[in-house]
Amino acid sequence: MSATMQDSPRATLQTLPGDDVRQIMWRFAERYDIQMLLQSVREVARGPVARLVAEGGRNSHEWTEGKQALIKHFDEAGITTAAVGPEYGGIVSGPYNLLLSLISFELAWVDAGAATGSLAGFLAFAPINERGTPEQVAEYTQRTASDGKGGHLRGAFGLTEPLPYVGVETGTLAGKVRIVEWRDGQEPLLHVDKRGRFITNMDLANYVTVAVDSDDERIKGSCMIIVEETDPGTFDRGVPTKKLAHQLSSTRDPVISVKVPASRIIGGYTIENGVIVPNYSHGKIIEAVFKHTRVSVGLLTAAKLLSAIEPVIRYQRERFRGRPGIDPGTPRHDLGLQQREDVLHRLIDVWATGEAAASLGFAAARLFDVLDPLEKDKERALSEQGAKGGLSQVKALQGSEKRALEFLALRAQPESERDNARFQELESDTIVQYLITDAVGNVLCPACKLWNTGYGATMMREALSLMGGYGITEDCPGFLAQKWMDAQLEATYEGPEAVQRRQLSLSMTLDLFIEQYKQWILEMRRIAFERPGTGACSLASAMELWLYTLNHLRKSTDDFGKKLYNTPRQGVTFPLADALCWLLATRELISDVIELEIKGAENPALAEGLPGLVAFYTDLCHVQCARAAGEVGKVCAELVYGYNRHPSWDRDSCACYSAEELESLESIVPGITPVASGLVDVIGPDGAAPCKAGPCAHAEGLQTFQRLRAKLDGCLTGARLAKDRAAYALTEVMIPEVLDYPR
Amino acid sequence: MGFHIVVCAGIVPDPLQTLEPITGPQGPALKNEMMLPAVLDPWAKHALFEAAHLAAKTPDSKVWLVSMAPKTKLQQVMMSIAQKASFELVALDGPASGFTDSQAVAEALAAAINAISGLDRKRLLVFGGWESASRGAGATLQIVGERLGIVEQFQGVDELSVTASGSLRILERVEGGMHQISHCDGPPAVLGWATGSLPEPPNNPQVGMANMRTLMPALQKATAAGVAVDGKSFTSVEVPKQRRDTRIVKDASTDDIAREIMEWIKG
Repeated sequence: MSATMQDSPRATLQTLPGDDVRQIMWRFAERYDIQMLLQSVREVARGPVARLVAEGGRNSHEWTEGKQALIKHFDEAGITTAAVGPEYGGIVSGPYNLLLSLISFELAWVDAGAATGSLAGFLAFAPINERGTPEQVAEYTQRTASDGKGGHLRGAFGLTEPLPYVGVETGTLAGKVRIVEWRDGQEPLLHVDKRGRFITNMDLANYVTVAVDSDDERIKGSCMIIVEETDPGTFDRGVPTKKLAHQLSSTRDPVISVKVPASRIIGGYTIENGVIVPNYSHGKIIEAVFKHTRVSVGLLTAAKLLSAIEPVIRYQRERFRGRPGIDPGTPRHDLGLQQREDVLHRLIDVWATGEAAASLGFAAARLFDVLDPLEKDKERALSEQGAKGGLSQVKALQGSEKRALEFLALRAQPESERDNARFQELESDTIVQYLITDAVGNVLCPACKLWNTGYGATMMREALSLMGGYGITEDCPGFLAQKWMDAQLEATYEGPEAVQRRQLSLSMTLDLFIEQYKQWILEMRRIAFERPGTGACSLASAMELWLYTLNHLRKSTDDFGKKLYNTPRQGVTFPLADALCWLLATRELISDVIELEIKGAENPALAEGLPGLVAFYTDLCHVQCARAAGEVGKVCAELVYGYNRHPSWDRDSCACYSAEELESLESIVPGITPVASGLVDVIGPDGAAPCKAGPCAHAEGLQTFQRLRAKLDGCLTGARLAKDRAAYALTEVMIPEVLDYPR
Repeated sequence: MGFHIVVCAGIVPDPLQTLEPITGPQGPALKNEMMLPAVLDPWAKHALFEAAHLAAKTPDSKVWLVSMAPKTKLQQVMMSIAQKASFELVALDGPASGFTDSQAVAEALAAAINAISGLDRKRLLVFGGWESASRGAGATLQIVGERLGIVEQFQGVDELSVTASGSLRILERVEGGMHQISHCDGPPAVLGWATGSLPEPPNNPQVGMANMRTLMPALQKATAAGVAVDGKSFTSVEVPKQRRDTRIVKDASTDDIAREIMEWIKG
């Protein structure tokens, strides 16, 4: 959209975005197999799942017949085996991160508990898939595809949770493994003790992938082990967890004490000096697992926010209908609450948040689809170099970091000016490409999980409030109250917010990420030039301010001389991590809208409404850019100024004039008194200081920050006009007569 | 010997959507029609399920789905419908609104059926809806039959069974909630289905993927169907009126409410 185009009458949103739009924005318009599977998922979500929620199926902690019946629907719809490749009878050959994210999104549109149930199965299998031996992968994939009895093998993922009142805290593995029998030349037999809490899928799990610590000097460290319900010993599924959210998924506190062969250690093991050394510690495995699965959790909340738009619009429009005197054609009948600006602006905030969250989540999912094969290639390449694990790999990767930075520098140069031979060499270097992709993945994943769920939960409350008292009832259309509660759990699942902030505070400072981030700022400037309506200019300015703040904090100390950007200093690192999430989500939204503008033109079904769609989404981008800029400006200003001591009324810190001084200067510079009073602190004739905390704080050395901040504020120009336009679109957009679920 | 069943089915906007007639450049249209999600015409959908059911229990049978619609919209609809029954798609790229002329549509459909390779006319059953959810003229399928030279036609069909001798026993809806039972020696025949008696099958991605092999090529090679409405005009167009008589009555007893409802039901 060019500046000249903006002068012509603007088209506006005609209908709510449908599948055609989403397929383009989230980059699966060419994948008919995925589209087909999603239609299948939608039928289950808006049919049996929605009916169960409407019938009150969530009002029980127990695993009821109704909940169990959903499993059959999941199986029939291809959800259970979605991650199984065609070679094992599956339907879709990937990309699995995007596919599983889309499935989760579709289910969470109605109920995230249903989504969690399916996700948990994938989560159980993920340790095997990510780090299992080829034999383990083959066996459990095959049994997931078919258990040989007309069903599917189902799993649960047993890491750990604190068990109340038994002295187990989060950092400790509530599981132990020891050797019970080890005959010469035979495989050791292990005894696994595991107590889990909040373990999803336990009612139906045939196997559990459990994290355990060694309780035997003949086993080194920790590992993950597959235990099955038929293993000798105790496989007690435990009591139901009395959770207040995601009630359609099974969650229990199991107690497992079974004997298993050592071949069940995920990823295998070696024997060194009579000691079993697992090839992967439990930490290494969950690191590989969570970097994928957390993205899907983030998308659950995004789905809720976007699902709230239609019911809220309908509620707003129909609010007064049915009352005597509210006749069709009158504003109160046709627009209802939408006559008022506030409800429209708030709903635009909800919508913008949902879109940005979805854009961030799906971008992260796509990135991991690129990263996964790169990681395997990287392992192979390192192995060929003789770096087969541990420190040798770390060293080899560190050695490649310089080359990765060189590649980024070359990529930023115009093709005509750079050394293209070197560029191509580095472009085809597996390890280089892995490093730069991984650097972004290590930021996008926690950012998606943190922002989507955390801020998403806040905005879900906003959506709920827009439905008035109806919103907090069980029969609120769209199940908004249930979704609000669910969002709170999503902020905790698979690592609570603090864990994500902690990871971000480290990964966002790495050179390989920062260099790419700098290029993104330039990218936003270019977009701002080509499409000023997106607000990319304000986003670029906010990104600059954030980067300046990070660099400033990394080399600054507080008033007591203590380092500011320091791991234990979470008051500094965590807010900066939060601020980054806003920027990343907004950037991805802009990217998706540009994709829609370009590719949408190729779809005849969209031709009629595309100008309106793009105009609306452009305004939505602008709104989100302004909100992100505001948040970033606030956080950065507080951090940059907040750790300086406020000056007091003493000689050292007060650059003040006395009233007498100004009076004497008046004869030399007439009119100085009123001007100076507005610029500096003036001590009264009786020596009294102005009535405030102290002299105005000076910002020595912070002129650059002030300039960037002032620039950012100026960049907000037009943002509220965009919000007005987007709000107007809400009054015009055509919505269906009724919600399409429960069916 | 099995049947060759050709199901004629158009697409219509999802019935849950707001349908607002407007006057477009080519005459009457629905506001934002291309933007609205579409579904397979509900009447024809029943016909498709009945066809798939009949084919599944009659060895050596095959089902074709002949559909005229804007192909991008048809493609979206197929993402779901193709999972519900096994069929081979014959796609015609044309309008799907209710403002096309029944005869022109029927001509195009009949021509498409005639062009199906390997279709055995002696085993042919032409299925479709007895009317459509877009306009409900109830004429298209009859004209398709006439153009194909099929005179055995049945409308408002709720049940079809095949006797041991191979003849067809057909239940057609008639007035008063009754059915008329007809017997037909066998194909070829045209059956315009009402609702039938089969539930909508759940989506089965395996079926969908199998259909996909022929579905996407069919969509890609779909040619534009000429169904101009030259010489015809619509004097007025409107959606069925919604009737809403809301009264607010305070403190009415349960008995009074029940009595009033009963009186309303009795008319």
